[in-house]
Amino acid sequence: MAVRASRYVTIKGIKDGLTFQFDDKCDFEELVNDLRFKLEHTHQNILTGPLVHVDIRTGEREMTEEQKDTLLDILSQKGNLLVRSFEEPPVPELEVIDRNAVKILTGMIRSGQVLHHEGPLLFLGDVNAGGTVTSTDDIYILGALRGMAHAGIDGNEDAVIAASFFSPTQLRIADRISRPPDDGENRESHMEFAYLQDGIMKIDKMANMARLGRDFNVFKGV
Amino acid sequence: MGEAIVITSGKGGVGKTTTSANIGTALALLGKKVCLVDTDIGLRNLDVVMGLENRIIYDLCDVADGRCRLNQALVKDKRFDELYMLPAAQTKDKNAVSPEQVKEIIEELKKDFEYVLIDCPAGIEQGFKNAIAGADQAIVMTTPENASVRDADRVIGLLESSHISSPKLIVNRIRHSMVKSGDMLDIDEVLQVLNIDLLGVVPDDEMVIKAANSGEPTVMNPDSKAAIAYRNIARRILGDTVPLMQMDQKKSAFSRFKKFFGMG
Repeated sequence: MAVRASRYVTIKGIKDGLTFQFDDKCDFEELVNDLRFKLEHTHQNILTGPLVHVDIRTGEREMTEEQKDTLLDILSQKGNLLVRSFEEPPVPELEVIDRNAVKILTGMIRSGQVLHHEGPLLFLGDVNAGGTVTSTDDIYILGALRGMAHAGIDGNEDAVIAASFFSPTQLRIADRISRPPDDGENRESHMEFAYLQDGIMKIDKMANMARLGRDFNVFKGV
Repeated sequence: MGEAIVITSGKGGVGKTTTSANIGTALALLGKKVCLVDTDIGLRNLDVVMGLENRIIYDLCDVADGRCRLNQALVKDKRFDELYMLPAAQTKDKNAVSPEQVKEIIEELKKDFEYVLIDCPAGIEQGFKNAIAGADQAIVMTTPENASVRDADRVIGLLESSHISSPKLIVNRIRHSMVKSGDMLDIDEVLQVLNIDLLGVVPDDEMVIKAANSGEPTVMNPDSKAAIAYRNIARRILGDTVPLMQMDQKKSAFSRFKKFFGMG
């Protein structure tokens, strides 16, 4: 039998057993052949003896259950090899959207532009008249709100809209729509926020947000 | 290689064409080689304002469709040797040319001219897309009215999402007396909303209307306040630092004078 390059399976001795490191780039067939060859020919001497614990490292290779069984079968043919662990590539974690985490965005929303975000939004910049910000949760604007803001767009009536310069063309929270009064007088714009109370939209000073009774982290002093 | 600057506003009637003609003439006055390009196909005006209407032989569409060479369509100005205009077609519409065709023509013009000023049509449709296609920079025009500022804001948004990054602003037709009495938006209010660099402020001046009707850009008339404003804008385009014209300075000096004689 021809001498074969042993490059796909690396067997290393560790303190309390053996580690089988499988190459993760090569063809699966080649890997199986190399494993068989090593067990039956080159490494015979160390594999016949007392019970040895085996750890398997598969690197980045993604294997089917069948393929795993094939490898385990080969190893179990040697009575003294006890597979202790079979380390598989980490499953890429699904990005968990934390709906309580405030997303911070900067920029400027000009006329005709729309910003939508799922979850609470802190926008650093101006929202100009004709521009739109929407969110499924709260909207906080560190800048001027001159355009339209729609908080709780999926129906969350607890959502609030706050801005440092509160001068919107229209406000929407859940399915309620409100606009500034028509009386023409130029009301001074302050740092304010809008909220729904019994289905009616109300506007108050930012400092009074704590009185809203929502589960904000309220600073009470020391 | 020259620089192509598009002059746009979104809203109609804020002075795009007048400004194109005046800045172009002012740059020529400062010794630059300038080409004005009218992209308002079907509603061309730049030739009228420049007083070159009767010299048009070919137009932008003829060049785009290969009916003539580019330099055949260029109309030389009657006052300056280094000032040319590429007129728009009057018998077609905005869809007669594509942004790619305009871009190609502008690239060609940039080889021969130091400044290529593109007069953009009103609106944000095909004509706007054609006009900005070949431009390196943009000047956004607005007047101190809410409707005009709103449209300028929309256009700035579109420009910023295109290849043109930082458009400059010109506020046109400001009336100092009205600003003072609070009946007109002042420059700061406009700048606060639009939040882009100010290139210049042009006062409302009857001479502009008079000049446009006679086919001679205002900028030729040194007595006109608007002319001085346009000349300052041209110098700022060249990179000079020119302070904003103090519009009430003249008046206040005069009132102080009156006060001195016990008349104020």
